[in-house]
Amino acid sequence: MSTAHVLLGLLAGGPRHGYDLKRAHDDRLPQAKPLGYGQVYATLGRLERDGLVARSGQDQEAGPERTSYELTDLGRERLSAWLTEVEPPAPYVSSVLFNKVVVALLAAGAERATDYLTAQRIAHMTRMRELTAVKTRPGASVGDVVAADYAIGHLDADLRWLQTTLARVAELQKEVTT
Amino acid sequence: MSTALLSGSGITKSYGATPALRGVDVTVGEGEIVAITGPSGCGKSTLLHCLAGILRADQGSVVYRDQDLNLWSETSRSRLRRTEFGVLFQFGQLVPELTAAENVALPLLLAGSGRRDAREVALGWLDRFGVAELADKRPGAMSGGQQQRCAAARALVTGPRVIFADEPTGALDQLNGEQVMAAMVQAVREQGSAVVLVTHEAPIAAYADREIVLRDGVIDPSGIGIFG
Ligand SMILES: Nc1ncnc2c1ncn2[C@@H]1O[C@H](COP(=O)(O)OP(=O)(O)O)[C@@H](O)[C@H]1O
Ligand SMILES: [Mg+2]
Repeated sequence: MSTAHVLLGLLAGGPRHGYDLKRAHDDRLPQAKPLGYGQVYATLGRLERDGLVARSGQDQEAGPERTSYELTDLGRERLSAWLTEVEPPAPYVSSVLFNKVVVALLAAGAERATDYLTAQRIAHMTRMRELTAVKTRPGASVGDVVAADYAIGHLDADLRWLQTTLARVAELQKEVTT
Repeated sequence: MSTALLSGSGITKSYGATPALRGVDVTVGEGEIVAITGPSGCGKSTLLHCLAGILRADQGSVVYRDQDLNLWSETSRSRLRRTEFGVLFQFGQLVPELTAAENVALPLLLAGSGRRDAREVALGWLDRFGVAELADKRPGAMSGGQQQRCAAARALVTGPRVIFADEPTGALDQLNGEQVMAAMVQAVREQGSAVVLVTHEAPIAAYADREIVLRDGVIDPSGIGIFG
């Protein structure tokens, strides 16, 4: 679902063509798998069907690569909801976290990115505290401790990233918006 | 929220021209574990020292069981630290001439216990921290992790109402750190002691009930809203 949200984010600044969206996606999220054109148009098709984007214009020559799309009010709402929503603190969510920060910077600015990172840090910290309570509970088995430690280690890695990224929001914004 | 056992309000503290704390409010409930976190140099240790009555705040008050510690003499504060508080620093600071058992028994002897009783209780605490077999060794003959386990035992031995721990696992490898924290948290839960835990590591802060985040000598409100 994340690709769709990224496209919504890229459209927040104004209408764009499919090929333009693909380029922007690959430039802004260099760690992500480059999008295929087919995937871009399929995703735009779904977003259009759901009323989140609408065609905003067509150049003289017909054809999908000449159609530009814009966000609808519903699309704007959906994007905003995604940026507000904290990801379930679980191992391996890091690329979603990164995408969300970049999209927040593109679509809504530094404050939005900072708010998101702060909220995500709270969610991670709360989860880490729950896991720690599980393993220090009287009668916890070694298996409980070892399993909790695995998840805690991954959350800790995310937390370090959240912390350093919070300190770099301004710098990242400059890079992302130029 | 439990009733306040210890609270600081408007704590300000500078070292010469360097402001370390710029108006910090904090409350610790009976039996509550509160983590103080934040980047290095943000004032965590200074806050812990002020709350423990080791440092006197420039401004503001530190109230322990309805008494303002800033108004007390150094003698009264150091008696309070001996009887009601336990402290644990990053490097255990054991007395090098004494054995592990003697180090742990020391606070009990200062509080008036008999030698034999004190040794017996001390041995029980060394056992809880997994270092019973080192009872008659001196710190010089122990690893850092072993010394820290003894220091934790010493901080807990009198059953203090509040334990002040400043980066207690900072000099330990991860497994040793985890084991010291687990034994400590289990013991304070049984005793009903409160803990002020300074750390910059999230997995250590996660042992606490609540986290206070400091930044540049003030509480970072985005950290507070969370767990407060
Ligand atoms: N004894 C001291 N003399 C002068 N400055 C100090 C002293 N102790 C701490 N500071 C300064 O006060 C600030 C807060 O230090 P500290 O409380 O040790 O922070 P933390 O424990 O979070 O790393 C820092 O800028 C530090 O350099
Ligand atoms: Mg410190």
